[in-house]
Amino acid sequence: MRLELRGITKRFGTFTANDQISITVEPGEIHCLLGENGAGKSTLMNVLFGLLHPDEGEILIDGVATKFSNSGEAVRRGIGMVHQHFMLVPVFSVAENVVLGFEPTKSLNRVDYKKATDDIRRISKEFNLEVNPDAIVENLPVGLQQRVEILKALSHDAELLILDEPTAVLTPQEIDALMAIMRSLAEAGKSILFITHKLKEVKAVSDVITIIRQGKVVGTAQPTDSESQLASLMVGRDVALTVEKSAFTPGGEVFEIRDLVVRDDRGLVAVNGVSLEVRAGEIMALAGVQGNGQTELVEAIAGMRPVESGSIMLNGRDITNASPRAVLDAGLGHIPEDRQRDGLVMSMSVADNLVLNTPRRAPFARRGSRNLGAINDNAERLVKDFDIRTTSTQELVSSLSGGNQQKVIVARELSRPLEFLVASQPTRGLDVGSIEYVHRQMVDHRNAGNGALIVSSELDEVFALGDRIAVMYAGKISGIVDPSTSREAIGLLMTGTSDGVTHE
Amino acid sequence: MSEVVTTGHRASLWARWTSKSPIVVTFFALILGLLVGAIIIITTTPAVLDAWRAMFHSWGAPGHALKVTFDNVGAAYRTMFTGSVINPSSFGHSLTTGKGWSNTFTPISETLTYAAPLLIASIGVGIAFQTGIFNIGANGQAVLGGIAGAVVGSMLHMPTVLHLPLTLLAGIAGGMLAGSVPGLLKAFTGAHEVIVTIMWNYVMYAFLLFVVLSTPFQQPGQQNDISRTMDPSAQLAPLFGTSSGLRVNYGIFVAIAVVAFAWWFLERSSLGFDFRVTGANPSAAKASGINSRVVLILVFLVSGGLAGLAGIVQAASTTHFIDGGFLIGNAGIGFTAITVALLGRNKPIGIVWASLLFAALGVGGRAMQASTGIPLDLAAVIQSAIVLFVATPVLVKELFRLRAAPTSSLQLAAKGWGS
Repeated sequence: MRLELRGITKRFGTFTANDQISITVEPGEIHCLLGENGAGKSTLMNVLFGLLHPDEGEILIDGVATKFSNSGEAVRRGIGMVHQHFMLVPVFSVAENVVLGFEPTKSLNRVDYKKATDDIRRISKEFNLEVNPDAIVENLPVGLQQRVEILKALSHDAELLILDEPTAVLTPQEIDALMAIMRSLAEAGKSILFITHKLKEVKAVSDVITIIRQGKVVGTAQPTDSESQLASLMVGRDVALTVEKSAFTPGGEVFEIRDLVVRDDRGLVAVNGVSLEVRAGEIMALAGVQGNGQTELVEAIAGMRPVESGSIMLNGRDITNASPRAVLDAGLGHIPEDRQRDGLVMSMSVADNLVLNTPRRAPFARRGSRNLGAINDNAERLVKDFDIRTTSTQELVSSLSGGNQQKVIVARELSRPLEFLVASQPTRGLDVGSIEYVHRQMVDHRNAGNGALIVSSELDEVFALGDRIAVMYAGKISGIVDPSTSREAIGLLMTGTSDGVTHE
Repeated sequence: MSEVVTTGHRASLWARWTSKSPIVVTFFALILGLLVGAIIIITTTPAVLDAWRAMFHSWGAPGHALKVTFDNVGAAYRTMFTGSVINPSSFGHSLTTGKGWSNTFTPISETLTYAAPLLIASIGVGIAFQTGIFNIGANGQAVLGGIAGAVVGSMLHMPTVLHLPLTLLAGIAGGMLAGSVPGLLKAFTGAHEVIVTIMWNYVMYAFLLFVVLSTPFQQPGQQNDISRTMDPSAQLAPLFGTSSGLRVNYGIFVAIAVVAFAWWFLERSSLGFDFRVTGANPSAAKASGINSRVVLILVFLVSGGLAGLAGIVQAASTTHFIDGGFLIGNAGIGFTAITVALLGRNKPIGIVWASLLFAALGVGGRAMQASTGIPLDLAAVIQSAIVLFVATPVLVKELFRLRAAPTSSLQLAAKGWGS
């Protein structure tokens, strides 16, 4: 299918989300739409998929102007969309999910499961998308769930696939598998619109790159262009992809975990005897595939999850099983993994969120009464110092972009007196500009002689920040290595194979 | 990542619909509520129905039917207004003759008398709502507050400066006591507050019947379920003296003080901030070091205390005693308070307007029943309809074409599970 978007404009009130966007996707082409969060990519895809109606411009399919009044029409015209958040029924089987809404039937309107299963086997084979049609979706890993979404689109004879930030939830291995699938689909003549802000993936897989900034097409690029070229086009200025760190001069030990055992929500042991120590002026990066106990470890440190056994010491003070309040007051900074759930109150202002965990500290309150003047002054200062993009400190934090929401948390934590910082997935879902910013803040904090534990499932981040790298697998530390260690060796540690790696 | 900013899909339901042009929606909900009331008047008043049945009997009949309809609906709402706010003709009469001021001000006086305790109880419920707690037990808390206050007011004897404050404080303490039970149960066992408070209401009613039938609280020489009368020194006296015939009383100053306190508490106090954070995002509250158990117990003490205060204000300003029917049925201000708090969107100022409106509908409903024969229950129907429409802003917006369907619903549709 040859898809052409001509002069698409979409406004929300006075805000122009898409401004005269024109793109052409040739058959068998992997076309990458690169742009920061908030650049207008998802709006454009929703227009293309019939979920939003453009104010101006037209959509041409194989040269014929087309209008979709809903997504069903888009599907019938051969457009398939794989959403960032999957639209699957968790308790249904793969086959049931794929045929949902278009079930093949036998006599008496009974669903023909055999035909559904056979169809899926056929499509799986044709496009090399291995998945068991009888598996229950909720039991599948995320990468396979995504495969089900792709299957579903293909089963509706999609000629053009829209992949909206498909790699955000995948492990490195799953990303590689997805790339291979994309290539084989393109070879089979399918067109692919690949939406992302991750430069490595863009370079690895795309044929043509269109870059969008602030709702406009700002240029096209080749996959052979360098990452920093792509980044500066995307952000509109030069970006440093690696953060300058001063020489590593560790001081005394500030943070120590001994033989920690923590259970998860289901009562299973998630952290199984973890020991770690971090020194002043050192960033300990904790790598590992998500779900190996990192979340529970950080929650236990922050006082949000009971410790079964073992100890957590902060500057010689025992904070094992202390309340979150006591942990915060002891000087532990915490950047939570799920910022919207644990880090912010979305219905409150930027100013209130900047004092969320210090509301009673002078000068923000006196004798039980909040000092709005001081709270505001604090917000004005931090918004300026930490470059938080907001129209006002009284703006609701929900109206900020993801990157700026994270800056609110980083500003709040780094602006109070800290003895140690624990950050969990500090740049997840952020764009290049914000990642650069957050990384620089972390490194500045470390350069100033502070210790930090940074948990990340992104290897790039682990290498960019860590002075030492600990790898977590199945609730245990499978190795603590130097950042000069190869990616492959760390990858092995991440899967629990520790052979051939020297432990410190 | 969605490009269009979706207003915190994790934020509570309250936050979501309170953020979208609330005053406009409330205003149109009011109009829709009155329309629903009009339809009920039309379909239940025999005179109106007869006129429509005779529609084909003569050329003038349809016009006549319309006129009868407007006359009846108009008369109902007119008496509702003149019975609860002011009667213009009576006002004019008082202006020209200088007499009958008491009659002129009776409607508004009655409305304020009813509004004061309702407002206090609604503020209590609203504070609980803002903390994410559904205090369905406000009525039971008001009952225990009323009992405690009436005991102090009728069985202790001292000068007004001591007696009245002590009576009100006893009311607050009684409400706190009643509220602490569901609070403690939820904090320590996780028992759901809605179930516990509903059940606890029955315990409070039973306790009420027990105390008003027991010596020494029962009115001496009475076999009925009625308490001793409170000393005048413990009563909230009429503002213009008993001889004025106007019941409006010092209870409104108590209500104003409660509104001022609630505003400060929610907007300015550190504890109120903890309450709001807990209500808006319990996970973030926990991560920020707020002790949710403490907040839970405190919010029930604050909410219950205000309900208890409402109970004693009700008793001390009107009947001056309590009986087995105290705060039961139509008089159950603790239940009305839930809808008033919703209508006022849990904000002190919003609750002031909402409780005035509900009090006026109740008082005006009585006047309407007396003069037109339309049952008082119509007022309750209108109240319920208004709250129903307030709770469904999308419907109201669609009906009045206030704004195109919000894009966030599309965004939501495009996200699916996991978002």
